[in-house]
Amino acid sequence: MAKQYVNTTINGDSHELLCDPTQTLLDVLRDQLDMTGTKEGCGTGDCGACSVTMDGVLVCSCLVMGVEANGKSIDTIEGMADGDDLHPLQQKFIDHIALQCGICTPGLLVASKALLEENPDPTEEEIRYWLAGNLCRCTGYHKVIEAVQDAAREMRGA
Amino acid sequence: MVRVDGPVRPSVIYKDIPFTENVNGEATLTDMRYEAPETLDAAVGLLAEESGVARVFAGGTDVMVQIHLDLIEPDLIVDVKNIAEMREVVEEDGSWRIGAAVTGKELMDNAAFNAAWPGVMDGVRLIGSVQVRGRATVGGNLCNASPAADSVPPMIAADAVASVIGPNGRRDVSMADIVTGPGQTSLEDGEIVVSFRLPKRPANSGDAYLRFTPRSEMDIAVVGCGINLMLDDGGTCTAARVSLGAVAARPLLVDDAANALIGTKVGDDAMEALAAAASAACSPIDDKRGTIEYRTEVAGVLAQRTAVIALERAKS
Ligand code: FES
Ligand code: FES
Repeated sequence: MAKQYVNTTINGDSHELLCDPTQTLLDVLRDQLDMTGTKEGCGTGDCGACSVTMDGVLVCSCLVMGVEANGKSIDTIEGMADGDDLHPLQQKFIDHIALQCGICTPGLLVASKALLEENPDPTEEEIRYWLAGNLCRCTGYHKVIEAVQDAAREMRGA
Repeated sequence: MVRVDGPVRPSVIYKDIPFTENVNGEATLTDMRYEAPETLDAAVGLLAEESGVARVFAGGTDVMVQIHLDLIEPDLIVDVKNIAEMREVVEEDGSWRIGAAVTGKELMDNAAFNAAWPGVMDGVRLIGSVQVRGRATVGGNLCNASPAADSVPPMIAADAVASVIGPNGRRDVSMADIVTGPGQTSLEDGEIVVSFRLPKRPANSGDAYLRFTPRSEMDIAVVGCGINLMLDDGGTCTAARVSLGAVAARPLLVDDAANALIGTKVGDDAMEALAAAASAACSPIDDKRGTIEYRTEVAGVLAQRTAVIALERAKS
């Protein structure tokens, strides 16, 4: 099939693209737009490394077709820091050493940000449930939870 | 994405090259068409005209995986998310109609529906991860036809009826009659599940769903159980429906288990009979998640635990 015209907003910027229906949103981000912050772990919705938000809803970009982004607003890890100013979650992940190899980190950050937007003061249990779709082979999650709690505290001004 | 599997270089992924055939000379996914019609008639027409493999596409959390794993090579994808009726959740005189393409997250965010059918929501809440529930739909969970789908037993217990449309018109199908086996449904070629109707329930009704899994999240049911029951003012059970998942080739409606509760106050004897009937209904497989004996035993225990919650909800 001919490529389809897609007009989408990514991190606030409007993009006009031609997408083949076989491209996932993850493919479009990484291969067409060179936005390689979003990672592919599994390609099957199991690992969360490809997490982005679409119209504010946390999704796996590997399970979204690129053509579905038409008319939608996508937010990725590239939009998280404000210039050189890291988002509090990013800073706390560094402070708490909540990453080792880092492949899961963009997905964890995007997912954690979505959590704190919905629930600014999550319990440890709520964080663990929310992040159950983000797999990390390195950290054992404990430091991730600490970083999210600490960032939440700071963002609440507590 | 085009995945080329073949004798030359198995599993090499060529992302940028617009292949039209793979190394075996077979047509590849670059031929796939994507359509997103706004009406049911247009969707039915697209499916009817397609001579190749077509897939109805809602949340994509199963179809995209099947494409990625080369389990299917659709010629046509019909995205149904622009069809208004498939995206609505409406209450009509105490009964509810939920569009088949409503996402799990949208249902979780609907406080009135959560209050009306907490057991259905027990199941929806267990589907995948937050990310998956942001996209996955009850219609897709049904049509994917996994015997272990978490939203199906509570919907069967709720006596939900699916409204199905296809080339021969529209028909109602009981939720319990759609899945016929793993990956198999009773839907005809070109049919689409449009919405589900959940009947009005009297006061003193309660429903619940529990699944047994080694992990609490992101796991697949070893056994799942949905129970919906009604009590009279004296606390006697007047009606019940019991459904089991993951213990047979399809989710089951277990009349004997319901009959164990009906006419009782759901005391110890009824609970014993419930467990026995639930276990007796099982014809599970042995797999890495559980043996036949284990699943059969767990089904009885899980049915009892589910009944306790449904009863509590009916009384409150
Ligand atoms: S790459 Fe999307 S969930 Fe793993
Ligand atoms: S830091 Fe390596 S997978 Fe999470």
